[in-house]
Amino acid sequence: MENKKQSTGSEIVQLLKDNIKSYMMYIALVLIMLVFQIWSGGKFFKPSNITNLFNQAAYVAVLAIGMTLILILKHIDLSVGYVAGFTGAIAAILMQTYGINQWVAIIIVLLIGLVIGLYQGTLVMRVGVPAFVTTLAGMFIFRGLLSLFLAKTGTIVVSQKGFLALCQSFIPDIPNNTGYHLVTIIIGVIAVALVIYSQLKSRRNKQRYQFEVVSAPIFIAGLALISAIILVVCIVLASDKGIPWSAVIVGVILAIYTFLLSKTKLGRYIYGIGGNDQAAELSGVDVKLVTQFAFCSMSVLAAVSGILYTSRLSSATPTAGNAFEMDAIASSYIGGTAVSGGVGKVTNAIIGTFVIMSLTNGMNLMSVDISYQYIVKGIIFIAAVAFDVRARKK
Amino acid sequence: MDNEYILEMRNITKEFPGVKALDNVNFKVRRGEIHCLVGENGAGKSTLMKVLSGVWKYGTYTGDIIYNGEVQQFRHIADSEAKGIAIIYQELALFPELPIYENIYFGHEIMKGHQVDWNETIVQSKKMLEKVRLNVDPSLPIKRLNTGNQQLVEIAKALSKNCKLIIFDEPTSSLNEDDSQNLLDLMRELKASGITCIMISHKLREVTAIADTITVLRDGSTICSMDAKTDDISEANIIRHMVGRSIDNVYPKRAEHPFGDVMFEIKHLTVEDPSTGREILHDVNLKVRKGEIVGLQGLMGAGRTECALSVFGNPYGYRIKSGEVVLDGQSYFFKSPREAIKHGLAYVTEDRKGNGLVLIQDIRYNITLPNLGALANGLAINEQKEIIVANQYKDEINIKAPSIAQKTVNLSGGNQQKVSIAKWLFVAPKVLILDEPTRGIDVGAKYEIYSLMNKMVEDGMSIIMISSELPEVLGMSDRLYVMSEGHITGELDAADATEEKVMKMAINSN
Repeated sequence: MENKKQSTGSEIVQLLKDNIKSYMMYIALVLIMLVFQIWSGGKFFKPSNITNLFNQAAYVAVLAIGMTLILILKHIDLSVGYVAGFTGAIAAILMQTYGINQWVAIIIVLLIGLVIGLYQGTLVMRVGVPAFVTTLAGMFIFRGLLSLFLAKTGTIVVSQKGFLALCQSFIPDIPNNTGYHLVTIIIGVIAVALVIYSQLKSRRNKQRYQFEVVSAPIFIAGLALISAIILVVCIVLASDKGIPWSAVIVGVILAIYTFLLSKTKLGRYIYGIGGNDQAAELSGVDVKLVTQFAFCSMSVLAAVSGILYTSRLSSATPTAGNAFEMDAIASSYIGGTAVSGGVGKVTNAIIGTFVIMSLTNGMNLMSVDISYQYIVKGIIFIAAVAFDVRARKK
Repeated sequence: MDNEYILEMRNITKEFPGVKALDNVNFKVRRGEIHCLVGENGAGKSTLMKVLSGVWKYGTYTGDIIYNGEVQQFRHIADSEAKGIAIIYQELALFPELPIYENIYFGHEIMKGHQVDWNETIVQSKKMLEKVRLNVDPSLPIKRLNTGNQQLVEIAKALSKNCKLIIFDEPTSSLNEDDSQNLLDLMRELKASGITCIMISHKLREVTAIADTITVLRDGSTICSMDAKTDDISEANIIRHMVGRSIDNVYPKRAEHPFGDVMFEIKHLTVEDPSTGREILHDVNLKVRKGEIVGLQGLMGAGRTECALSVFGNPYGYRIKSGEVVLDGQSYFFKSPREAIKHGLAYVTEDRKGNGLVLIQDIRYNITLPNLGALANGLAINEQKEIIVANQYKDEINIKAPSIAQKTVNLSGGNQQKVSIAKWLFVAPKVLILDEPTRGIDVGAKYEIYSLMNKMVEDGMSIIMISSELPEVLGMSDRLYVMSEGHITGELDAADATEEKVMKMAINSN
């Protein structure tokens, strides 16, 4: 009734209310980062810490990408942590004990991941054991295999340079005397340009077909926020050693999976099965094959995660992989993957990873006791999901 | 005067964001009558009943509910139940794994001290089951009953709460003719014992057979209330009030077109249900020519859907003991829906919400899902082309929605059904099986779907239409088969078919 008298102020409130879901994660991420930046007296945004954050987040981010597919399909994979731990250990054993070339070792480990995915996917889709049970069993099995393989040697130290570079060093630069890592700045600018271009293009397309779009001020604010985050991060990194290889690896995987989910038949089928598996089947979708693919992709990504983690620690340890699945699942849900399946985006899952890992990183920086860290992460996690569930009901 | 009307709803207005679902509706129900509420989908029938039962609580609507002479302010279903009002929904609210007696007394358990008195519950349940003339052991789990009997349990539940007013929402939509008849008889008995019934229904034949009073809603307003004794309650007259125009021809005429050769044939199909080991199809043989609409009629459970699914790649894993399919001269046995679709056979399910549409996705997504290959350039889907295709079908078959980005969950039943058919139009199969294509949709949308079917066969498609509605099968088919208990019990040309003949075949089994 009183719509006509709505003031500009209440219009902004209404806009925020209507659009808050799309930007909530970004706002939360920025808030968390700012809180730690202030609390730590400026240590959080130091280049060394941001690099550290990237290397820390990389192995979780890779898992979160794969987990998002699994969760969209209404399954779950609890085994990814120890699959990562186990495959990371295999990589170390292949290189150190058997002297196999590091790149060959990586390929072998990825293939092992594929086999694990085939095994778990087959149990879920062909035998009909629920994913929760299958992967819970996997959790036991790969935890056991990890400690079995490292039983004689204990922790294995890795010395291959290329392997260690994956999660420890940086992309090369062109020689210059600006004091900044030029390539990093250039990549940052290109990334911002690409984001703006693609967002504008998709918005224009939507408008052309009269689809609903968020209002212009919100759209611009969102773009500005994303661009600012990218630029700030790149400038901070450029003032030190540049972009770490781990970020490049995550970026490439993210690009592949974003394309897969949004542009290909396979992506459509994944959303379709998650939304209504029977309808998908009757529409000619091979539900078993698609689900099998998701489990294989998950386990291969777990192997990537294991490689990154081993590289980061320069060693394979018997505790590697412990609770990775928790961070990965939490990342994906914080990133807005629907608890009821059928909805989710890998880019948002990565934002979720940064929310979780910024918390971890920031609290480590402030030497917060690990017990409190888990409690805080748990509270943020449940708050995010509760918010999402409520927003979805409207 | 208090005593004449058990219920009076006065000037009820209920708004949802952007829509006035009910606009000053007046609705009066006499004590002890059977009152039918009819109207197209979206006319406001269900909303009105939700206001009455307290699902939309007091304060979210304007107007008064006067029940038993008192103004009521229901805030919850429990409030209306406490006053003796029960609703039996289309989708039954029973627990399939629990026994009948637990279902009947769920929520109002018979207690002995602090414990549930199960023995007394069983004794009382038996009495309630007798009242609805359901002669089964009350300790059977609900899932062992067929839909008709499950509905009777729902009614027994309402009776156990001592309800005085029972609302039936589309009670016969998923029942076969026998069970429907049975239910209507039961409603007459309930009436005789002093219980007032409100029935929402699309089946006008049943409405005219049973109603004492008929109220027609259209676009959220009361159009009229007709007394069965004094007013003209012919189907034609009711339809005229429902749609605001008279549909002279319920079934649109097809342009004369010659039939081609046999396009699709099912040969010697015998199928077993692996969970029970019972044969559900016995030596089924069926033929469709190019450009022909063939009806497949039968009672619920006759095996029509099972027959369609068995040839459409058998997605639910029935045990096929023998049989083959001949499509366009080639002999096949499809192992998955994917394979069937690839060779030109498509199936529109009877349950569009359950396994037809991906409801959380939009119109565009659903229309293109079965044929994304046609839209892909290499790996990527060409979204521009996709949007054009989806818009083309939206306009062509008149899907009413603001845009193709509308989530299908927000569409009315008729429009959802149009989307389920549109997705197969895009595939352009040689043979289309339509399973109950007009179930639960309003008269206007039915007409549009019939016209669409006509256009498809004029363009050379072959259609098998499975339907429980006799007039529809007779009105639309060129030829029809009748099934009973897994057998084809008859084949008739449309010209020779009468309701009586078909019904006889549907009831008689070998």
